[in-house]
Amino acid sequence: MVTNASEVDHYASDFKQLQALNDNNWVSPIRSHAMETFAGIGLPTTRKGNEKWKYTNVAPIARIPFALSSSSNTSIDVIKSVAPWSDSWTNVVFVNGFYRKDLSDQSDEFELTNLAELIEERIPVENLGSLTDISDDGFAALNTSFLQDGIVLKVGKGKTVEFPINVVFFSDGSPSTVAHPRIFVKAGRGSSVSVIENYVGGGGDYSLTNSVSEILVEEDAVVNHYRFLSESEHTYDVGYGRVKLSDNSVFNSRSFFKGANIGRYDLNVLIDGEYASCDLQGLYFTSGDQHMDNFINIDHAKPYGTSNLFYKGILDGKSRAVFGGTVLVRKPAQKTDSVQSDKNLILSADAEVDSKPALFIYADDVKCAHGATAGNVDADTLFYMRSRGIDLETASRLLIYGFAGEVIDKVEIPELRDFLEEAFLTSLPSYKFEF
Amino acid sequence: MSKHNLIEIKNLHASVEDIEILKGINLEVGVGEVHAIMGPNGSGKSTLANVIAGRPGYSVTEGEIIYEGDNILAKEPEIRARAGIFLAFQYPVELPGVRTWQFLKAAVDAIRKENGDEEMGVRDFDKLLEEKRQLVEMDPDLVKRSVNEGFSGGEKKRNEILQLALLDPKLALLDETDSGLDIDALRIVSEGVNNFKGPQKSVLLVTHYQRILDYISPDYVHVLVDGKIVKSGGAELALELEQKGYEWIRESTGTEVQT
Ligand SMILES: Nc1ncnc2c1ncn2[C@@H]1O[C@H](COP(=O)(O)OP(=O)(O)OP(=O)(O)O)[C@@H](O)[C@H]1O
Ligand SMILES: [Mg+2]
Repeated sequence: MVTNASEVDHYASDFKQLQALNDNNWVSPIRSHAMETFAGIGLPTTRKGNEKWKYTNVAPIARIPFALSSSSNTSIDVIKSVAPWSDSWTNVVFVNGFYRKDLSDQSDEFELTNLAELIEERIPVENLGSLTDISDDGFAALNTSFLQDGIVLKVGKGKTVEFPINVVFFSDGSPSTVAHPRIFVKAGRGSSVSVIENYVGGGGDYSLTNSVSEILVEEDAVVNHYRFLSESEHTYDVGYGRVKLSDNSVFNSRSFFKGANIGRYDLNVLIDGEYASCDLQGLYFTSGDQHMDNFINIDHAKPYGTSNLFYKGILDGKSRAVFGGTVLVRKPAQKTDSVQSDKNLILSADAEVDSKPALFIYADDVKCAHGATAGNVDADTLFYMRSRGIDLETASRLLIYGFAGEVIDKVEIPELRDFLEEAFLTSLPSYKFEF
Repeated sequence: MSKHNLIEIKNLHASVEDIEILKGINLEVGVGEVHAIMGPNGSGKSTLANVIAGRPGYSVTEGEIIYEGDNILAKEPEIRARAGIFLAFQYPVELPGVRTWQFLKAAVDAIRKENGDEEMGVRDFDKLLEEKRQLVEMDPDLVKRSVNEGFSGGEKKRNEILQLALLDPKLALLDETDSGLDIDALRIVSEGVNNFKGPQKSVLLVTHYQRILDYISPDYVHVLVDGKIVKSGGAELALELEQKGYEWIRESTGTEVQT
């Protein structure tokens, strides 16, 4: 494998500085190993024949010598203006990747710590990194090389956490800086918790957020995971999520993409227990020259699992969306029931989507369906509405909102649903049929 | 006494992709009248209803449609709808994610706006919708769902009649609203149409069956064959057709009937 030396050089001095801060710490060898790995594989651009990154060119990201970001004194009002928020939730705020204790809530219902504190106190995090294959992903390797801050959440056995844990990663948009947030969640046996991960930004040019989330769901536990990405039109956001499900556990994911210049969400759910289920839904709205790549994989390794994958995209301007990923049903995963769909509504002649969901089945007794569609609003549909006196603009607005609403309406946290409705419905064009 | 016509169709020729489908239709529907249009599959009945409602995709190559004294051919479908033309679709369209309530409210408000009225208050609209829903005995859950999505064929037809009742147009074009209905639904739909009927309302009803005409007695029956009205008569014409079939039309009018 050939690695562009300058790409590694970009990060070398920051890496040395960071390591010097935490000499002889439990994170030091983890970081060193990750940096060696990164030096070997580099960012995905440098790898040939890589199906995982086929439609997303990260050259613009590889070119920029990002400096590690530093915290800033952003006020709570700024954060509340761009992220979902409710005082009844447990809110946790990071600015430019750094925990802001002064803006965050504490709770004694569960174990919630920021990673920097655990590093400082020299308390290793068991299983951190266990779901991440850094040798397979340059971004994840880079994130691990700069393991510095993030959240570690552990919900105890049988505990039902009533209110969502709302984690806001705010970037103030300092030019050419990078943050590598890390999320580690362990939902203990029979527990139940909702986590909202937000990547939001206040504008500014060419900053990168490169996050890694690992979620371990133990037997009979339920995790509801929400992800909201709305950064400025010049930022890059790469997210890597790994989830592992044990017997009888449930993972529900709702992902909402609204902004970033290049966005990528690589989510992989490993069904590693019997009777486990996951329901992964997403809504992406791209406009201008945005690019969003959802790479969503479900790996059925054990029998009696169910999975539902339901993504929807609305594309405007010259934007581009990619939907990839596979549902893999391994040989032992008999009686798997899986449905996969990606639907796209294309509002402009210059927008384009590559939707390639795939299904690999090695078990013989399974029920699987998949499909992808891309289309513009159909003339018969518009005529039906117009024949009731509804003008074109209102008709198209009802249709576009309706299309988005199918995902937003299913959000079960009322304040979050209201927030998303507002966030999407105010930005969606109301009349935009160029066909 | 001179008849007051709501709509006059004069020598209407319409084609789709250069294929002529309507080949010179002449039809006048007076205020307060009920006209039935019958005819074999593919003869152009839906095309006629769609052209009156302004569906894009048809080109009118000759003739006029005069509605309330104006030629409406250049008008957008929403303008025609607001002027009182309503089409109950042969195949109602599903609108995924668009809530029935929202859709109906937008339609009611669009028509009110045209008449210089304000948008209807939510409570008043709820009341009106509930009243009309009961009229067509539609399951209350259906109103909460997306428009026509996952509705059965019969439920979709009832929803068309619900919309007819709610929008209260002047001219109802009913395109096979009776097809695919069970006996109870046929009665309910017919009652919905009878409720709508009145001295100020006109109905143009496309059907293949006498059974709906037992409920809604038409003033006139027209037989459309290959894009032309080949025979017109009173209610008895439908009965005669049902007994004798389209072959009889061919013989009695000298028209080729393609089936
Ligand atoms: N949009 C279209 N594109 C192509 N052909 C069309 C279109 N609309 C109508 N036609 C053709 O025009 C002819 C008349 O169709 P129309 O739907 O008006 O018939 P109909 O009398 O309503 O028949 P049915 O009783 O089956 O409903 C048919 O041959 C049909 O295939
Ligand atoms: Mg028809």
